[in-house]
Amino acid sequence: MRIALIDYGAGNLHSCSKALERALAAENRAGEVIIGADPDVIASADRIVLPGDGAFKDCRDELGAVDGLEAALHEAVRVKARPFLGICVGMQLLADIGEERGETKGLGWIPGRVVALDPAERHLKVPHMGWNTLEARGSHPILDGIPFGEQALHAYFLHSYHLIPEHAGDLLAVAEYGGPVSAIIGRENIVGTQFHPEKSQLLGLKLLRNFLSWTP
Amino acid sequence: MSLKARIIPCLDVKDGRVVKGVQFLDLIDAGDPVESAKAYDAAGADELCFLDITASHENRGTILDVVRRTAENCFMPVTVGGGVRAVEDVRALMLAGADKVSINTAAVKDRAIVGRAAEKFGAQAIVVAIDAKKVSGANEADRWEIFTHGGRNPTGLDAIQYAREVADLGAGEILLTSMDRDGTKAGFDLALTRAISEAVTIPVVASGGVGTLDHLVEGISIGKASAVLAASIFHFGTFTIGEAKRHMARAGIPMRLDGLQP
Repeated sequence: MRIALIDYGAGNLHSCSKALERALAAENRAGEVIIGADPDVIASADRIVLPGDGAFKDCRDELGAVDGLEAALHEAVRVKARPFLGICVGMQLLADIGEERGETKGLGWIPGRVVALDPAERHLKVPHMGWNTLEARGSHPILDGIPFGEQALHAYFLHSYHLIPEHAGDLLAVAEYGGPVSAIIGRENIVGTQFHPEKSQLLGLKLLRNFLSWTP
Repeated sequence: MSLKARIIPCLDVKDGRVVKGVQFLDLIDAGDPVESAKAYDAAGADELCFLDITASHENRGTILDVVRRTAENCFMPVTVGGGVRAVEDVRALMLAGADKVSINTAAVKDRAIVGRAAEKFGAQAIVVAIDAKKVSGANEADRWEIFTHGGRNPTGLDAIQYAREVADLGAGEILLTSMDRDGTKAGFDLALTRAISEAVTIPVVASGGVGTLDHLVEGISIGKASAVLAASIFHFGTFTIGEAKRHMARAGIPMRLDGLQP
């Protein structure tokens, strides 16, 4: 299995790459993680992962600045329907519009907007930073075997904005933080996490394993 | 369901080697920061903090290698601070694999660096480290001032006002150290911690003075911090991360207990 981990100057490539390798090993799959933005790499990949750390606008600009990257992603994900995982801002970029530091157009793969967190309880701090549990909103292979409720594992969040999908069915899991915070989204061959699976230890590893064995 | 309080062990790194590293395990190389980081990752720490205290400018690149190797070996978030002077330093650390970068003296000298770094990397990645000392007399209202250079140099800046200012500029977190308490094991300066936590809408990490597990509890329950940072009580094995988390959970603080070692 060839996993393309997209390098566009924004995102924790080292951690993501190692976490994906660990997931490959745990799944007993032969495979490799290829870091890059080369259209040939993306075209020949079985799985595509888009990380992203930083401000929406900045990440969007960086993505757009890599020659041929958007076209290659569009071809692989939208036309050939290869399984795709977006992480943090790499997930937010899938929306129509991001509102961080002015309105910026996203890739428009998941109808929706990326808006500022606004927890109802005033004592709750923003950024939403640290470990929180998840609550499933639907069933999806990416959620298989991840415990929710009383025995829930934790996911690591580090963000001030989140993606509100236009279609409620695209929201697979939320975290509670003065109201629901979009934690996992999914539509067709695309999934995305607001939290960092590569930093989320047990839960993160399980989610990445699910992603590798998922056949949309 | 809720966000949990965090426990953050902090490692001082000089020229790529740990000063006062993990002593509680027989590590193959106790001076290797990555070995210590892996030990804390396995022990269930919620985040890790590296403080680079390398003095010479030529050796500053050593921290990048440490961060890179840690990011490759640990599945926990890492904050790096110490010697960050420019947005370029932030970028280098982020690309090496840091999740957050902490800015201290550079922000005191030029507040605008906070805004520039947050604009580039997002508020969530930018921590401002504040070293504060109480300067009010016995019969005065509490007042704390920002100090630099390990508490030696006063700046004349009021700590609460400064915290508000950097939060407005786009800092995503404040790492607050009481220079009066640092190294004393007498507990956090709770009045300071609470004053800053209540003055800003971003998370505050309490630091300086932890000697007992109850001190950790108080930092959250009385100081209203979102996280507690400690060094020696963990490095010297006085308490394990697991003991600390269970103690805090028993005291009613929401903690993440996933996969904890006994």
